[in-house]
Amino acid sequence: MSTAAIELKGISKAFGPVQANKDISISVQPGTIHGIIGENGAGKSTLMSILYGFYKADAGEIFIRGQKTSIPDSQAAIAAGIGMVFQHFKLVENFTVLENIILGAEDGGFLKPSLAKARKLLKELADDYGLSVDPDAKVEALSVGYQQRIEILKALYRQADILILDEPTGVLTPAEADQLFRILGRLREEGKTIILITHKLREIMDITDTVSVMRRGEMTATVKTAATSPTELAELMVGRKVLLRVDKKPATPGAPVLKVDNLRVVDNKGVERVKGISFEVRAGEILGLAGVAGNGQSELLEVLGGYRAATGQIVMNNEEIDLTGAKSDGQSRRARGIAHVPEDRQREGLIMDFMAWENTAFGYHKDNRYKKGVLSDNASIRGDTEEKMERFDVRPPNPKLSAKNFSGGNQQKIVLAREIERNPDLLLIGQPTRGVDIGAIEFIHQQIVALRDQGKAILLVSVELDEIMSLSDRIAVMFDGHIMGERQPDQTDEKELGLLMAGLTPEAAE
Amino acid sequence: MDKMPRWADVLLIPLISLLLAAILSALVILAIGENPVEALGYMVEGALGSTYGWGYTLYYATNFIFTGLAVAIAFHASLFNIGGEGQATLGGLGVALVCLALPWPHWTLALPAAVIGGAAFGAFWAAIPAYLQAKRGSHIVITTIMFNYIAFALIIYLLNNGLKPIGQMESSSARFPEGAALPTLHEMLAVVGIPFSKAPPVNISLFLALAAAWGVWLLLWRTPLGFEIRAFGKSEPAGRYAGISPTKIIMITMLISGGLAGLMAINTVMGEAERLVNNSVQNAGFIGIAVALMGRSHPVGILIAGLLFGFLVQGGAELAFWTSIPTELIIVIQALVILFTGALDNMVRMPVEALFSRRRLAAKATPAE
Repeated sequence: MSTAAIELKGISKAFGPVQANKDISISVQPGTIHGIIGENGAGKSTLMSILYGFYKADAGEIFIRGQKTSIPDSQAAIAAGIGMVFQHFKLVENFTVLENIILGAEDGGFLKPSLAKARKLLKELADDYGLSVDPDAKVEALSVGYQQRIEILKALYRQADILILDEPTGVLTPAEADQLFRILGRLREEGKTIILITHKLREIMDITDTVSVMRRGEMTATVKTAATSPTELAELMVGRKVLLRVDKKPATPGAPVLKVDNLRVVDNKGVERVKGISFEVRAGEILGLAGVAGNGQSELLEVLGGYRAATGQIVMNNEEIDLTGAKSDGQSRRARGIAHVPEDRQREGLIMDFMAWENTAFGYHKDNRYKKGVLSDNASIRGDTEEKMERFDVRPPNPKLSAKNFSGGNQQKIVLAREIERNPDLLLIGQPTRGVDIGAIEFIHQQIVALRDQGKAILLVSVELDEIMSLSDRIAVMFDGHIMGERQPDQTDEKELGLLMAGLTPEAAE
Repeated sequence: MDKMPRWADVLLIPLISLLLAAILSALVILAIGENPVEALGYMVEGALGSTYGWGYTLYYATNFIFTGLAVAIAFHASLFNIGGEGQATLGGLGVALVCLALPWPHWTLALPAAVIGGAAFGAFWAAIPAYLQAKRGSHIVITTIMFNYIAFALIIYLLNNGLKPIGQMESSSARFPEGAALPTLHEMLAVVGIPFSKAPPVNISLFLALAAAWGVWLLLWRTPLGFEIRAFGKSEPAGRYAGISPTKIIMITMLISGGLAGLMAINTVMGEAERLVNNSVQNAGFIGIAVALMGRSHPVGILIAGLLFGFLVQGGAELAFWTSIPTELIIVIQALVILFTGALDNMVRMPVEALFSRRRLAAKATPAE
């Protein structure tokens, strides 16, 4: 075996009482793609932040190409040839590609020589790795996949030969993800070492050579990808057997609960985000709304949830809803039997500084059963919360703990318990399992299916195609504010949906 | 897990901050060639050593509790109301107009009417910036500051043009009728046979302030409206999701905030001066910001912080009286307390938090090994 590109020995890091990384040792061979997989909060990002100099490890050593190296900051990481592509890009939107690439790596006090040098180097990189870009394009005009390519080029420009990618496919369409993997494959051929952090088993299986599994701050296994299976990896991640497929009976749809007709939404900047869409959701079915983030799904959910104005028509249980925002808000929507699990639970669904019991009443705090005269009946809310926490297996089952102190999965269970337990006619649910660990995903999916089986209508919005395909009874795909088409999950595949998500009808693509 | 126990958050950190402020104040006193221990002695003796001293301390504390509550309730909605000074000034006008309107037969009738007048005028003065914030997006910090100056100018104008009786030299309103005089603590305690100094102006408003503190607590933590105020203050997007109207919360919170600031005038204008004078607020509106910060926007904390600032004002006055330490130095000491408890809160907080999490970690690690 050749000298490892990166070797970590006994890395430990604690944040207060939380042991984020516990005695982690890992060795990454040069010229390979090494996957690191684990649930949210397993410590993947902490480990990579230590490697990139954002955090200092409490204990342990780092060896780069056999040399013991200390990485006190990101400058040192770059000097050691490590490049990082973050999940959220760090690009200046109104700068050109070239300007973004030299940003922070300018030489000298004048820009011109740097830019000229970068232009030349960029051309070489493009030829070497097949990463062609237009150096003079403004970043804001580029697609997400393209922007990611600039992030990779930024790292290569700084002469990185070890690349760390943190959840790189979260914002990409399936086609863009394939393209990214082709680029990574090419980089590997050229001898670069790549660390890929992800929670998606399929990506690990598709592209990595070796995979390390993390669970609760520990490295539980490192195996050759060829010698393992998704089921085995999932078990290693969670620590027990998991059901990767959702178990559900065929739907028996009833009468339409929600009818949306020619809905248009203009955002605060005056841009039309939803461009005249129509659909309906029936009782006892799950309509899955697929699409890459930012194609109007969020605005649609906000309109249905009652906190964004729109034009068009929405009929709920045969009654038309006011869309101007003048006569309705979130509370009046709840009164009509619409429950809403928002896409961003930490920003909207919960108040992170409030205790679990306060969050249980949130949005329903004016309910008569939570009131005693004009005062709130806090004891009754707390009792209610205890029951809900037990039924939804929220851990720890402590109503007095602040929302911010629960894990992502348990936070989502609190929101879900609050919304489902109201017995709504329609459940709006956005990104139900974003940032949620595999064990909790299983539970959340079961709850959604159970609600459907009770004859409720469910509108599911998710950017995870797997989730859409396994939960939905019907799938609609949104792109650029339009619904590109509707499919039956058993009569379509990822390729077809992927094309729709990219705005292409299959007919046009052929 | 929270970073440290609650008692450390509400007691330990303010105490450490206070201690640091005291040490620095002592150094300043040393630097001007005076004895800090002696100075502290004068302050404690002057503010807490007699019922006379206590009377003044409580009188000032009453003001600071009202203005502290006003700032605190706005803080809970994430609004920074710097206009307590102006709102209290207008509150004084409201109180004066009510007291002068009728030949009040007894204070039990005059007080409820004056409470309504003071609160309504204070609330009105807060309502304009609140409306501008809610509907036009004008930042409330800027507008409330500007409204302070408008209030000062308005009062001077009204005192000289209408409120001042003809033939009077001083620019103040006419004296309030006898029936509008509030019972002092001396009179109230005399009923139950407790002797209390007759001189200080502390009066029944103290109990009104305590009731207001209880009311604010009840509103914030025991009513759906308070829940909405706190929820909106913590997260506006979450508030919108839950159907909480930002306009409604901003307006209601600022009305209550302004009303509380306006109530301060019951203590100063009706209880002490018994007429409207210029600058009746005397910075209590601004000190309320420090009181709210130090009291962590909780009514109990505000009672304690209000008392502390009452002590500083009264003790400071005594210090200036008995020693050659100039009154300006008292302002320096107050400023240090504000600096350490308010602005430099994190300086003390972070090391204390680190200490607690280290201790907790150690406690956790020991049984495992």
